[in-house]
Amino acid sequence: MSKNIKLISIVLFTLFSFFILLKGLDKSNIYSPEIKESKVNFNFKAKYLFSEEEVFINELLNNEGMSLINIWASWCLPCRDEHLYLLNLKSLNKLSIIGINYKDDEKNAKQFLSELGNPYTNIITDPKGINSIELGAFGVPETYLIDNKSKLIIQKFIGPLDDEEFEKIIKIIK
Amino acid sequence: MVIISFLTLIYAFITSDFSNETVYNNSHTTKPLFYKISGTWGNHEGSLLLWLLVLTIFLFLFTIDSKSLSQRYRTLTLFFQEIIIFGFLLFILFTSNPFANIFPIPSEGTGLNPILQDPALAIHPPILYLGYVGTSIIFSSALGAIISGSINKSWASHIKRWVLISWVFLSIGILLGSIWAYYELGWGGFWFWDPVENVSLMPWLCLTALLHTIFTLEKRGTFQSWAIILSITTFSLSMSGTFLVRSGILNSIHTFANDPSRGVFILCFLFVLIFISIFIYFFYQKTITVDPTKTFLISKETAVLVNNLFMMFFLSVVLIGTVYPIFLEVINNEKISIGPPFYHKLIIPFLIPFLFFMAIGPNIKWIKDKIGKFNLKEIFMFIISIVISYIFVNKFGVSYLLSLPLFIFSLFLFFVTIRDFFGKNINISQKISHFGFSLLILSILLNGVLAKEHSSNMRVGDEIKYLNKIIKFQKIEIIKEKNYESLIGEFNIVDENSSLSLKPEIRIYDQPQTVTSEADISSTIFADNFLVFNIIKNDGFYNVRYQIKPFMIWIWISVLLISLGGILSLKKKNV
Amino acid sequence: MKMIKILLKLMIIFLFLQNNSLAETSEEVDKISKNLRCLICQGQSVYDSQSDFALSMKILIQNKIDEGKNDEQIYEYLKAKYGEWIVYDPEMNKNTVLLWVLPLILFVFGSLLILRKVSIR
Repeated sequence: MSKNIKLISIVLFTLFSFFILLKGLDKSNIYSPEIKESKVNFNFKAKYLFSEEEVFINELLNNEGMSLINIWASWCLPCRDEHLYLLNLKSLNKLSIIGINYKDDEKNAKQFLSELGNPYTNIITDPKGINSIELGAFGVPETYLIDNKSKLIIQKFIGPLDDEEFEKIIKIIK
Repeated sequence: MVIISFLTLIYAFITSDFSNETVYNNSHTTKPLFYKISGTWGNHEGSLLLWLLVLTIFLFLFTIDSKSLSQRYRTLTLFFQEIIIFGFLLFILFTSNPFANIFPIPSEGTGLNPILQDPALAIHPPILYLGYVGTSIIFSSALGAIISGSINKSWASHIKRWVLISWVFLSIGILLGSIWAYYELGWGGFWFWDPVENVSLMPWLCLTALLHTIFTLEKRGTFQSWAIILSITTFSLSMSGTFLVRSGILNSIHTFANDPSRGVFILCFLFVLIFISIFIYFFYQKTITVDPTKTFLISKETAVLVNNLFMMFFLSVVLIGTVYPIFLEVINNEKISIGPPFYHKLIIPFLIPFLFFMAIGPNIKWIKDKIGKFNLKEIFMFIISIVISYIFVNKFGVSYLLSLPLFIFSLFLFFVTIRDFFGKNINISQKISHFGFSLLILSILLNGVLAKEHSSNMRVGDEIKYLNKIIKFQKIEIIKEKNYESLIGEFNIVDENSSLSLKPEIRIYDQPQTVTSEADISSTIFADNFLVFNIIKNDGFYNVRYQIKPFMIWIWISVLLISLGGILSLKKKNV
Repeated sequence: MKMIKILLKLMIIFLFLQNNSLAETSEEVDKISKNLRCLICQGQSVYDSQSDFALSMKILIQNKIDEGKNDEQIYEYLKAKYGEWIVYDPEMNKNTVLLWVLPLILFVFGSLLILRKVSIR
């Protein structure tokens, strides 16, 4: 009798592991960073691009409504792809877009903007990449939709924006 | 009965011929495609074919080797072995057909991942596979033996050889992988508790336990069921290893193949085998004649059990640490990382009693022995170990509390194993392996505690002071090689009485585009000087990492000694 | 059993009590970054990686140390931003309790099995 119980429990346990591993296979082993709680606390001081002045990022999020924070760099190729979306969003006039210029050279950044247009309301610099880490970023490009009042991240977009994500932003800000 | 065995044998010939042919074709056709022969097993298809080839060769060897044993047992074993071969064949044919590579004939191969272009790594997979596949023979044979009811001393002495072979190959395979990581990955470590490393360590731990159990079974005829369970587990772990590595379910630096459909196949196959073995084990368990003799508390049998207990504990730590993140993610959707701190915290405290038992265990007699056999010599050695460790820990200002007992017990084991070489009628192979193990622990410990490293950003011509040395970045040379561009730095490390020149290298490959760092290491019997540099974005600056790794070479030597013990033991029985 | 637990805890605590007095700040960064996963790399620690992410992370850790934060605070800070995934050393909580305890349970279970098998006489 106890032999049967042993057998059954071992079989059940093996089956359990089997299904777990089977399901585990479906998950990508590349980390997909979906933050569960958006309560990312950030407030850091950074220098404006093209000026020597410094500002706390929370001061830029002072009006009602929402803001978009976009991390970009002139050396980042995918940033060029998503630039059109940002310009589009700007033309809607629904939210302010704050650019974080990631580990970039000011001259190149200037050229990048004059070439492709400037969607940003304000641009601050991040020469060492540490400001982006305060936001919980992994690299460039990354975009955050932020509620100005609560200073919480509503949505996080890793990598360049695409059609689907663009629609999503439009939907949220309307 | 004879007919069945005959048919199975014919079947064996057919399948093995076929698979041999497959392998032959593969190496023939892929050779021009790949830059090196080692590319044959550097890829997924090739490595599976290698599995199959080794599987078949071992099958033949087994057929020859087991002539003296009962027909029924041999037939059954071959039958199970055929199932495994068949499974792998299906796998290769349906999910990873190596011939698929041939049809769109590329003018240029994609190239072997440069990080894998290394002599140690070129022979690492075949050797590791020899170990893995050896465990399949143990598995089949265990199942064959349990059904035919022939688990006894003669089975043990027969299968022991296979256990030893697999164990030796696995040890050397792990050693090679570890040496490769040390040289090539450029971080100066030799063991990272990376999932892929763990996966090779698990069967090793299990095999080590099995090895001790089989010795006991051979000598005393006890622990039959346990030996069977261990045989099944070892092979399951080898298979899970293949699954975990090949399916890309784990996040690891070594994962190259990433195809879930393959994963599903291996997973199903693995669990079919596990189920078969569980049912066979439970239904034929009664064939195991329970040994009426008792096991006494103070006996070598108990010592073997204690060894097994620790091996199983280490195994469970590694296994749980490796698969826990997968389970948690599926159940809870939470991602966690399990890294070195976890393994260290759980394994190191248990290493202390383990070392102690290892020191006293082998000298206990079979069947029954008396307590209080501790003679003065042993106590004396123990005291010496305490004194040396205490002085050492004090002198170097090592402040981990754990390192003191660790030092004491590993030194104690060290002395005991040395002393044992001078005993009468000694089991030389066991002594060598155990001595190797004590040396391994001791050198890892010294290496971990005394290692020094310094990392800084330097330009050509810069000089930094570190400890009592001056590290000078002399110059950098750029050499264009066939498929990569090489930056060779020259560094001088000068202290009061010596000067050392190290030339680490950065290689920029174009096919495929990769940058690798080749460390330059100067080894002496006391310490390795390890220097590696990397490009950083700031113009002209390089990140230079200098490490002094004491007793590094002894880690390699000790693993070789451990394996040597296994080889000697193999030879002894063949004569 | 309780004794063992306490002893274990003590050992674990002492594992961490390295001599802080001698440690330089940069060594402190090394120590912390060795326990952090470089999130954009495959199975590398922040310490070992030369990626942009890892380099910035090291600067950030140095800054936090200069601000007077201790190891624990820095780990907590990063976990809040990046989740448990970033630390190699999982802490004991309801998700990881099995991870830590299961091997120990197996060990005790194994010891009991041996004691039952072995006749004490």
